[in-house]
Amino acid sequence: MSRVAAETVEQVRSLGDRYKYGFVTDIESEQAPKGLNEDIVRFISAIKDEPEWLLEWRLEAFRHWQTMTEPNWAKLGIPMIDYQDAYYYSAPKQKEGPKSLDEVDPELLATYDKLGIPLREQEMLAGVAVDAVFDSVSVATTFKAKLEEHGVIFCPISEAVQNHPELVRKYLGSVVPYTDNFFATLNSAVFTDGSFVFVPKGVRCPMELSTYFRINAANTGQFERTLIIAEDSSYVSYLEGCTAPMRDEHQLHAAVVELVALDDAEIKYSTVQNWYPGDENGVGGIFNFVTKRGACIGARSKISWTQVETGSAITWKYPSCMLHGADSVGEFYSIAITNNYQQADTGTKMVHMGPRSRSRVISKGISAGRASNAYRGLVKMLPGAASARNYTQCDSLLIGSKCGAHTFPYIESQNRSARVEHEATTSKIDDDQLFYCRQRGIGEEEAVSLIVNGFCREVLQQLPMEFAVEAQKLVGISLEGSVG
Amino acid sequence: MLEIRDLHASVEGQAILNGVDLSVGPGEVHAVMGPNGSGKSTLSYVLSGREGYAVDRGEVLYDGRDLLELEPEERAAAGLFLAFQYPVEIPGVGTMTFLRTALNALRRGRGENELDAMQFLRVVRQKARALGIGDDMLKRALNVGFSGGEKKRNEMLQLAILEPRLAILDETDSGLDIDALKVVAEGVNALRSPDRAMLIITHYQRLLDHIVPDRVHVLAKGRILRSGGSELALELEEKGYGEIMGEAA
Ligand SMILES: Nc1ncnc2c1ncn2[C@@H]1O[C@H](COP(=O)(O)OP(=O)(O)OP(=O)(O)O)[C@@H](O)[C@H]1O
Ligand SMILES: [Mg+2]
Repeated sequence: MSRVAAETVEQVRSLGDRYKYGFVTDIESEQAPKGLNEDIVRFISAIKDEPEWLLEWRLEAFRHWQTMTEPNWAKLGIPMIDYQDAYYYSAPKQKEGPKSLDEVDPELLATYDKLGIPLREQEMLAGVAVDAVFDSVSVATTFKAKLEEHGVIFCPISEAVQNHPELVRKYLGSVVPYTDNFFATLNSAVFTDGSFVFVPKGVRCPMELSTYFRINAANTGQFERTLIIAEDSSYVSYLEGCTAPMRDEHQLHAAVVELVALDDAEIKYSTVQNWYPGDENGVGGIFNFVTKRGACIGARSKISWTQVETGSAITWKYPSCMLHGADSVGEFYSIAITNNYQQADTGTKMVHMGPRSRSRVISKGISAGRASNAYRGLVKMLPGAASARNYTQCDSLLIGSKCGAHTFPYIESQNRSARVEHEATTSKIDDDQLFYCRQRGIGEEEAVSLIVNGFCREVLQQLPMEFAVEAQKLVGISLEGSVG
Repeated sequence: MLEIRDLHASVEGQAILNGVDLSVGPGEVHAVMGPNGSGKSTLSYVLSGREGYAVDRGEVLYDGRDLLELEPEERAAAGLFLAFQYPVEIPGVGTMTFLRTALNALRRGRGENELDAMQFLRVVRQKARALGIGDDMLKRALNVGFSGGEKKRNEMLQLAILEPRLAILDETDSGLDIDALKVVAEGVNALRSPDRAMLIITHYQRLLDHIVPDRVHVLAKGRILRSGGSELALELEEKGYGEIMGEAA
């Protein structure tokens, strides 16, 4: 029985305001000058005291980026972005990087408390370690010591560059090369922080790892970079959450996430994305242009993406799996909700190279208001993918008559023994269901939340328990005002 | 308790109810019978406030209040319950979750404490057992893949849990096997009380063998054409509706 669903609806009601994360923290910050040029790239690298090879890598990316143009194939109306009119580095002022939580600015701790992410270990959700990234830098990482006992490295990537340069150098850009695409290339040039995870051979990571991204400063882009490496026969479950203040101007978030799974390793990566979506007239909101890709290098390795995308003015992301290993498994479970003037073009790429590799894609798109929601998915069976299989199921739910849902499946097969299955449905929220709920005393908004949560259930079930409740709440909140 | 006066209603511009008069007092059980398509379900939808059913004339008073101006959920909060002729499936929403959400919504409305999962489980288990509903059915998504009889039993379970003051049962007996029919009848009888009224829409005398109604009405051509005591149902069983319909023509 899913007892969380009912609790969720109760909590949704008590939450009141539509976007409760819209506050701004008044904290002194240190910023790079506005604009983007080689000097800014050098500035970022210098402030992080990076080795020469990394600066070179950034500069190559930057030079390449200057030759590129923004992609325009997505079903999105993206306003012109002036890349010179933004800050590429902003960090809350603190003496050095904090050594322990006691040294973290109390104002920051209070901010995370308010976001529902207490960083003091004794108050935290048991079993969840958190890396908190505030604008361009990581401000705190919890449970580091406990993880180290198991040989698990969980730290800001800037710290990993200092302490584990050989690992970073080996894997950074190995899954998403700096030439990959406009936004990934930009990220490679100016990425500021993000999380680094390394799980050694044979270790099952003893707790959930999570990173909480917060954009606070105005006119600042967030370019985080996450790298997760799971060695042979290891397991890790990782979750990221994101919020930002309400601001009238758009802000750019262009992240890159790279996952590497070796033989028999499993990485479960979950996202609850709730960046500020803009107001009900479409003013403001985050542009969420993200490149996420996992490489199942090893035999029988597995990478599973689960995402709940409710925020952002525009979402452009396609978490993907490169299935190199024999019998490797890729999964993509997605809920994308768009309301008012939000736009989302999201989906996945499953590239099968290894024999008997399998992939499974379950996508639930919900649109309300005047929003647009597109699923775009590529399934590619390369010649080596003998007897590989893919199953894709794409369901869209429409609330009201001014929104849109679109499905763009691309299938390429170069191996005749590979099998690809695709199912898609589009439905409207059903008047009979709504009336049935209301007849039982359930108000209209609560009924919509209940029905939509039911529609998304298969995906919600994939989330780690600790976050399922939060996600269900979000589903309800993000649809408030969509009926009646 | 319920006063329907000269009720005219239409669906998509087509008149379906043409002046229904009906009065049900507290503690009473009334049966409504009538040929297919005569407007019985329409009456139940108008009373429960379904969208698309336009009231063209007349009024409905519930405890002296104007029922028709309330939203469906407000009517439910005021104690009105409809057991649907065709219960609706809601994929992904557990039966248990649905029941608890509904009960807590009603309790909130009445200013009572909401029940937590454990308290609720106790309430449901006990009532489900009485209706022969097992845990496995409660775990499944609401009405999804339920057999016709299971759906009807699930409506009865909701009735038992939500404890309305005015219950309308729209052909809850249709599609039930003989044993289930008895279970449903016992359920209804158990809920009979001096302050609860029931309107039972049915085609069959056999249900009324178990639930003896105070009054029986024949709804045909959008109006109550005949009313009588429980013996009227027996008479209809024997003679059909022809005579009554003829009188009205
Ligand atoms: N949405 C609609 N559009 C047009 N006509 C409708 C609509 N809904 C109901 N009707 C018509 O209204 C009439 C009454 O229907 P209703 O469902 O109330 O009958 P009923 O007495 O409940 O019948 P049954 O015994 O078969 O359940 C029927 O002729 C039906 O076709
Ligand atoms: Mg009917």
